[in-house]
Amino acid sequence: MITINKLEKSFNKNHVLKGVDLEVRGSGIFAILGPNGSGKTTIIKTILGMVIPDGGSIELDGKNIKGNWSYRNSIGYLPQIAHFPENLTVKEVIKMVKDIRGKRGDEQPLVERFGLQPFMSSRLRNLSGGTRQKVNIVLCFMFDSKYIILDEPTAGLDPVAMITLKELIHEEKKNGKTILLTTHIMELVEELADEIVFLLEGKIFFRGTLQDMQEMTGEAKLERSIARILLRNNHESKEVITVKA
Amino acid sequence: MIKIFKYSFFDLMRSRWSLIYFLFFAITAAALLYLSNDVSRAIISLMNIIIILCPLIGTMFGVMYYYNSREFVELLLAQPIKRRSIFLGQYLGLTVSLLLSFVAGMGLPFIFYGILASPELSNFLVLLLTGGLLTFTFVALAFLIAVKNENKIKGFGFAIVVWLFMAVLYDGLFLLSLFIFEDYPLDKFSLAMTVLNPIDLSRILIMLQLDISALLGYTGAVFNKFFGTSLGFIISLACALLWIVVPTISMVRVARRKDF
Repeated sequence: MITINKLEKSFNKNHVLKGVDLEVRGSGIFAILGPNGSGKTTIIKTILGMVIPDGGSIELDGKNIKGNWSYRNSIGYLPQIAHFPENLTVKEVIKMVKDIRGKRGDEQPLVERFGLQPFMSSRLRNLSGGTRQKVNIVLCFMFDSKYIILDEPTAGLDPVAMITLKELIHEEKKNGKTILLTTHIMELVEELADEIVFLLEGKIFFRGTLQDMQEMTGEAKLERSIARILLRNNHESKEVITVKA
Repeated sequence: MIKIFKYSFFDLMRSRWSLIYFLFFAITAAALLYLSNDVSRAIISLMNIIIILCPLIGTMFGVMYYYNSREFVELLLAQPIKRRSIFLGQYLGLTVSLLLSFVAGMGLPFIFYGILASPELSNFLVLLLTGGLLTFTFVALAFLIAVKNENKIKGFGFAIVVWLFMAVLYDGLFLLSLFIFEDYPLDKFSLAMTVLNPIDLSRILIMLQLDISALLGYTGAVFNKFFGTSLGFIISLACALLWIVVPTISMVRVARRKDF
């Protein structure tokens, strides 16, 4: 369970998170959505301890993550951009992350699924962006972590890899994982997400299922629902709507 | 930390810059040795190269490496590992790989020349020591600057200015102030000024070791008079170590509070 309490964060004058409260309980896929600059990545990065909050707290399975690092053993993270030490080979990077985690990790099935076998011995600087992202996917999923955090996971992937990734995410959900996902691709959300958390101007504006959102906005397509929220938000007062806690 | 160190080190040893850095020192040292045919002269010429070049290379590689490995650091930050270990590991990985190129580049020509059996061996070792200390210091300073500055151009510029200031401008300003305030007793002032610049400090360290009073210069002479050769050597070494420890600790502290 991830519990976020009154999370505050400013970058200089830019007040990104204005007291976010969020509780993610049980398994499933939770999509964190919102317009650019609404604080999606910031929330994810505070959970990972990469961004240090100004106020509020985050608990993972009841333990405050502040000043703690071992909790990241239970998190797999797939970042937006994949960059590695240029002169290491794919095999070595996988070994390195295993070394750091001190766990065995099972990369072989993932390597085969994403067709990375021919690249295992090539240096990372010689790989294309999409191939690097596949390496990242392997690093993210190979430890059987309880929590999986995906930040724009499909960037740079070809359609085949994208389908494989979607299957993988589905399987992980079936295995009882808690998956947090941010993306701008609404089809992905419609296909995958069990619940939507919609951020607007540093606060949670909406939380509920896809259906809840459609009912609220009266639009069948998620993309349109969101556009409607954003447009309406310009006129109405900004209260937090929680359809389902 | 050791794990991060190990992989950064392997990564860097395979980069072609390590080889270029190694070849540069090997060729320069060999040329100076065999052309002058005089070990102590070669050591003095090399000293002048080292106290300028080791800081410059340390600064440039430090800043470049930090900015290049930023996304990788983000990947590491998401792993169960302390922040301190990541940054110290990378710092040591870079410094040690530079050091290895430097020591191997300098060492091989001197070993072939027969330094191991020569009475100049200890002088040569001090030369290597100062090069090493300077590399540690300036990589730490470069990391500190890069961690503090998100903007690459700014970080790069600032790091180069720091190097330029310490390697070139400082001496000029120092001499100028000695000249302006020549009516006052300046012993303690110049002692303080020397300690405040790691490059000057290294120069004095080598000079005290070589015991060449003609080359000591004003500050060296003051150092010598004040502390005597051996105490002066120990004190300047201690200050040089402080120049490594303080920037490294500051770098880790800044990194600990930083958002990525």
